[in-house]
Amino acid sequence: MSSAVVESDTEFVALPVIHHARAAAAFTSDAARTDWHDESLWLVRKKRDVAAAAVPEWEELRALASAVKEHTLGRLDEYLVQFEKNATENGVHVHWAADADEHNRIVAQILRERGARRLVKSKSMLTEECGLNGHLEADGVEVVDTDLGERIIQLAGDTPSHIVMPAIHYKKEEIGTLFNRTMGTQEGSADPQYLTEAARADLRKRFFAADASLTGVNFAVAETGGFVVCTNEGNADLGVHLAPIHIASMGIEKLIPRADDLGIFLRLLARSATGQPLTVYSSHFHAPTPGREIHLVLVDNGRSEQLGREAFAAGLKCIRCGACMNTCPVYRRSGGHSYGSTIPGPIGSILAPNRDMKKYRELPYASTLCGSCTDVCPVMIDIHEQLYAWRQEETRAGVQPPFKRLSMLFAGMFLGRPRLYRLGARLMRFALSRLPRSAIYNRWNAWGRERELPQLPEESFRDWYVRTGGTSE
Amino acid sequence: MKVGLFIPCYVDQFYPQVAKATLQLLRKFDCDVEYPTNQACCGQPMANAGFQNRARAAHRSFEKNFDRFDYVVSPSGSCVLYVRDHHPPHISAEEPAGSADLSERTWELCEFLTDVVGVESTGATCSRRVGLHQSCHGLRGLRLGAGSERQLQAENKVRSLLEMVDGITLVDLDRPDECCGFGGTFAVTEEAVSVRMGTDRLADHLSHRAEIITGTDMSCLMHLEGLARRRSESVSFRHVAEILNGDV
Ligand code: SF4
Repeated sequence: MSSAVVESDTEFVALPVIHHARAAAAFTSDAARTDWHDESLWLVRKKRDVAAAAVPEWEELRALASAVKEHTLGRLDEYLVQFEKNATENGVHVHWAADADEHNRIVAQILRERGARRLVKSKSMLTEECGLNGHLEADGVEVVDTDLGERIIQLAGDTPSHIVMPAIHYKKEEIGTLFNRTMGTQEGSADPQYLTEAARADLRKRFFAADASLTGVNFAVAETGGFVVCTNEGNADLGVHLAPIHIASMGIEKLIPRADDLGIFLRLLARSATGQPLTVYSSHFHAPTPGREIHLVLVDNGRSEQLGREAFAAGLKCIRCGACMNTCPVYRRSGGHSYGSTIPGPIGSILAPNRDMKKYRELPYASTLCGSCTDVCPVMIDIHEQLYAWRQEETRAGVQPPFKRLSMLFAGMFLGRPRLYRLGARLMRFALSRLPRSAIYNRWNAWGRERELPQLPEESFRDWYVRTGGTSE
Repeated sequence: MKVGLFIPCYVDQFYPQVAKATLQLLRKFDCDVEYPTNQACCGQPMANAGFQNRARAAHRSFEKNFDRFDYVVSPSGSCVLYVRDHHPPHISAEEPAGSADLSERTWELCEFLTDVVGVESTGATCSRRVGLHQSCHGLRGLRLGAGSERQLQAENKVRSLLEMVDGITLVDLDRPDECCGFGGTFAVTEEAVSVRMGTDRLADHLSHRAEIITGTDMSCLMHLEGLARRRSESVSFRHVAEILNGDV
């Protein structure tokens, strides 16, 4: 019944296309801020380089991590069943959610049935993806994000712009103003130490008052039924140990087969993310302490469908380190929000079209295909090749805008047929040599807004070659 | 050794001196070079824009022109990468069975000089400060060097060749291999970011007092040159082939 409503919605209401280029132009129009954003993230990339260089077997580790992930995804069904069995034997309640909505309903129900009204959350991109906070708040639950970056986002009523550093787009002065407004910190103070202390004191009260805690999951181990949460602030542990109910939300792709495999990923994750050898906390959860509960929600939300797409399944190897964002020259100069999807940057651009190819059709074009993301990725996802593949897929699926279809039809004709190519080139040379500058640098000439066109030489190479046989001069 | 010279369309039209330098350079190293005059484009512009289906005519024309050569050499890492990765398999009907696929016989100039010709000296001189722009498709696609992301010790073929030029000073950059932001249609569809990436690259070279910016791909250099000329920067732009040929 409800699916019929959704279908008629998509039929009659044209979904808005996310215009990355427009959002990026707005972002870069503040040149100083663009510099600052680019430099902040480049610094993280440089820290990552130093950390990676300190591991002599770095490239082998990447290959190993990639192989383990590929293997696991290849038999995900078996590993999920094994994981569920072992986790259940450990006393963990395992729930299955087909989509975001079911995930949110499961979490809401767990809380409702136990009369829990106050939830503290540690960082979880999955709950962002599912829009959990809004759902729970509508249910009367007070949700508090306890990761400092996420807390800033929550207080500002914003969305994350990065998956590891969600508030990277805020300057410390802006955070000072925000905290002054929402927590009554000293006006004009932008001292990070002071602001962090203030947030910490405020959060502490909420930790003690919480009825339940929610965490994400970085890795879940099929053979043990346990899972690992990596944080730097210890907020996940504090939340879990103070509240009697622990809910952990995980995408089904977070699974790895053995506890032994963890070493590969833990060594790669923090180094790739921030340049730290390890995150400050790598917390392993296996079984609830007596009198307490652990609920684990396994979320599909489009993942199994993606797994079925041979060309795009590799995106599911992602361990959410954020390195591809830090290295991406486009992301650094356009900001995370320009992608209009929960996961931004290169990886977001190959994940989002799996959900809605039309809405996100511009994202695979928010790249020069420079390939830096692919080489930095700790699990060797061929990100830039998938960006290319999505572009072709969009053409096959017919979601390309009409103007582009037409211009490519002509480009294909003129550039692929030697006679037409030479004719076209002659026309271009004629136009460029005769037209006044104002006609060439018109407002439709996006190249010429900030750039000169190349200077036109006397004759083309071919003309010279034909004239001289390639021997004169 | 018969070498077919593939000249990308924009080089043919705007940078004939680069094509001439490539031709002369290959001849210097005793290659029997021919430029098939009925060539057009490799098909990359359409394919990178998502329309590989519109690149078929270009693929066919490429096959027709270059099938008969032992090697195809081009002064463009980007076009060569496209031929290698995305041209359909094509083994010549005229060649004896088992001969290499056309895409495997297609080489970027610097890797050809290094891996096939085995160049050890160039005889060229250049007394200027030169900044090397590492075009991404050559660097990360063709692996002309290791790239700063990967933890490998690999020779950088372009740099090594340039180091064989007498008197040259290669300047160090803050970001040795960040993309310039050209990216084909990206340069116009994402104009704002493209320009920002380009001006940032330019500033890196200028702050290290580069007098010439060089690279394996004129497309990147065309973008950077366009930005530099608009801003009246006095730096000049030359393809690696021109420096190796002693034109600078
Ligand atoms: S795609 Fe790779 S680099 Fe990007 S966040 Fe995922 S694991 Fe990290």
